Amino acid sequence: MNISTNVWVWIASGFTLCIYSFLYGDNPFYRFAEYLFVGVSVGWAMAVVWYNSVIPKIWTPLAENNQYWVVLPCLLGVLVFSLFTKKQSWLVRWPIAFVMGASAGIAVPVDFQGYIFEQLQGSMLTVLNVSNAVAFIGVVTTLLYFYFSKEHKGVFGRFAGVGIWFIMVAFGASFGYTVMARISLLIGRMQFLLHDWLGIIE
Amino acid sequence: MGILMMVQFFIPHPLSTRLYRAVLDSMIIIGVFMLVFAWRSLAYFHINRIRRRTEHWWYSYLTFTGWIVTAALGIGLGIGAGTPHQLIFNHILIPLQATMFSLLAFYIASAAFRAFKARNLEAGLLLVAAVVVMLGRVPIGQMIYSRLPEVVEWIMMYPNMAAQRGILLGVGLGMISTALKIIMGIERGYLGGGD
Amino acid sequence: MGFWSKFLKLDRRWVFLMIGLSVLIPLVARISMPTAVTPPVQNLFDAVDAIEPDGKPLMLAFDFAPDTEPELMPMATAILRHCFAKGIKVILYGGLYPQGAGMAQLALEEVTAEYDAESGIDYVFLGYVPGAGAVVLSMGEDIKGTFGRDYYGVRLDSLPMLNGVRNYDDIPLVVDISGSSVPILWVLYAGARYGQEVGVGTTAVSAAQYYPFLQTGQFAGMLGGLKGAAEYEKLNEDAGVRQIRKRASIGMGSQSIAHILMIALIVLGNIGYFVTVRKGRNA
Repeated sequence: MNISTNVWVWIASGFTLCIYSFLYGDNPFYRFAEYLFVGVSVGWAMAVVWYNSVIPKIWTPLAENNQYWVVLPCLLGVLVFSLFTKKQSWLVRWPIAFVMGASAGIAVPVDFQGYIFEQLQGSMLTVLNVSNAVAFIGVVTTLLYFYFSKEHKGVFGRFAGVGIWFIMVAFGASFGYTVMARISLLIGRMQFLLHDWLGIIE
Repeated sequence: MGILMMVQFFIPHPLSTRLYRAVLDSMIIIGVFMLVFAWRSLAYFHINRIRRRTEHWWYSYLTFTGWIVTAALGIGLGIGAGTPHQLIFNHILIPLQATMFSLLAFYIASAAFRAFKARNLEAGLLLVAAVVVMLGRVPIGQMIYSRLPEVVEWIMMYPNMAAQRGILLGVGLGMISTALKIIMGIERGYLGGGD
Repeated sequence: MGFWSKFLKLDRRWVFLMIGLSVLIPLVARISMPTAVTPPVQNLFDAVDAIEPDGKPLMLAFDFAPDTEPELMPMATAILRHCFAKGIKVILYGGLYPQGAGMAQLALEEVTAEYDAESGIDYVFLGYVPGAGAVVLSMGEDIKGTFGRDYYGVRLDSLPMLNGVRNYDDIPLVVDISGSSVPILWVLYAGARYGQEVGVGTTAVSAAQYYPFLQTGQFAGMLGGLKGAAEYEKLNEDAGVRQIRKRASIGMGSQSIAHILMIALIVLGNIGYFVTVRKGRNA
């Protein structure tokens, strides 16, 4: 056993154990860690936003580079504060509309490219073997299952039923991977406690 | 804006890229103001808790202390390597955030034990797929049956991939139709109210 | 109340204890197990290995936060060790998340000490720049213009490693380490628009959803979860890469036992369910 003498490691271990104490039941140690976490994470984000967004995107362009167009998005941003008033709160729709419109416009060609064209191309049966046939049938029947404009009856219903099987296999696989992910997170924290703090493992 | 950004995608000219950058920078700037509003909401939430003496109200002082100290150290002394801001990130934020998420391992086990029941054929198929993947993705699975990792890889690469692709195509088409509805003004729920 | 009825009502804290012990005991007892390498991991390893030593750099993007650090950091350090051992130059990009730069800093601290790697010569560390897709697109035109300086404040055009590196044409592979959907952003912007080859290291939760992109070749290879990191560490070991601590491989014993326990809980839960349902019908 080679217990760490680094005070920061002890602080980190203390917080880790405070969070894990919640597994037995809600208690003051967990609440202490939880409330502190909220405050520290917001404070941390504030400093990051200051140095990575406010200074390079607002202060430097205006004060040093004479890029006065930045005033326009700043004005839109100020309109967000109209939410503080009841009468003028409708003004917030302008910045929201700008952001939503731009995001929607960016999304359309990008989604076509990455989600539709490439995926359709990948679905085409270029080499006929059992595995590729299974994949092709899976894609088609899954899409048929999600077509709710037609009632799932008769031949159509049977194909949609096959789609459900593929979806269940995919969800089962996703569940298995999710379990793997969650256990891995726990392994990581245990490794920190046993290696970095207590020095029991290598 | 929507139509402008759609057209911009197909124009590889440097002016078009600069426009794209300007729009994204504008979105970041507006985002900063929205963040300020969010922080104000959080501050008011905790101030009200203290004023009304709700359950465990005194912990809100702890939130404010952590908030103010971290922000002051970060903004005042910088955020690079070796700063107090980085120390707080490495030794307070990382352990707290990572441990919070690691609690999910316990909850997923408890939830699976209580709720994961093969009530019908489809649920049974889900269960079997989950068990096979869980076993095949760890070394012990290979010790039980040497070709299990290959079986799992086939399941992931063919039936799983097929269903995920079907879902992806559906999601992609849904995202495109929602985006077009927003651009054309048919979808206005994000503006609040019916007008 | 029968045994199965009582069993199904087991206090969840006993389940928590079992899970905790299933992870703790294999770690303390040093239970290790051999890891089989899967094709997606092999493909990514081969793609990295194909990069010429002392030539064009690999770009390693850190797009993750502390909540996914246990799964993703071992991947990042394994890839870094591979690169430094082979003499492959690396551009570490602090990513499209603010916390990514902090994660990259931790990875560098762990690995550079083992390999005596020097900033500006063996690696360049680019910090976080807000803008997400715009930053990815901007790097396709001019990397030095996008960042100006590295994370330590040194001007990029003064760094020897970046001589002749202008944009994606000079980067053979981008590997994005992320627990969210950011890799798709790299595929859509860098891959589709500039033909940049992209590899991914991701959490197991996201890995299952990325197989369609793997099949189309939009991802050159993929590391999925802690197992993916363990497989990469095994490939490193087979290739003679020096690894002082194989964090992912050490965890595989715990992963195995925990999975067996999960399966047992699910199976026993189902047995108990069917027995109690049948008893209820017969009553």
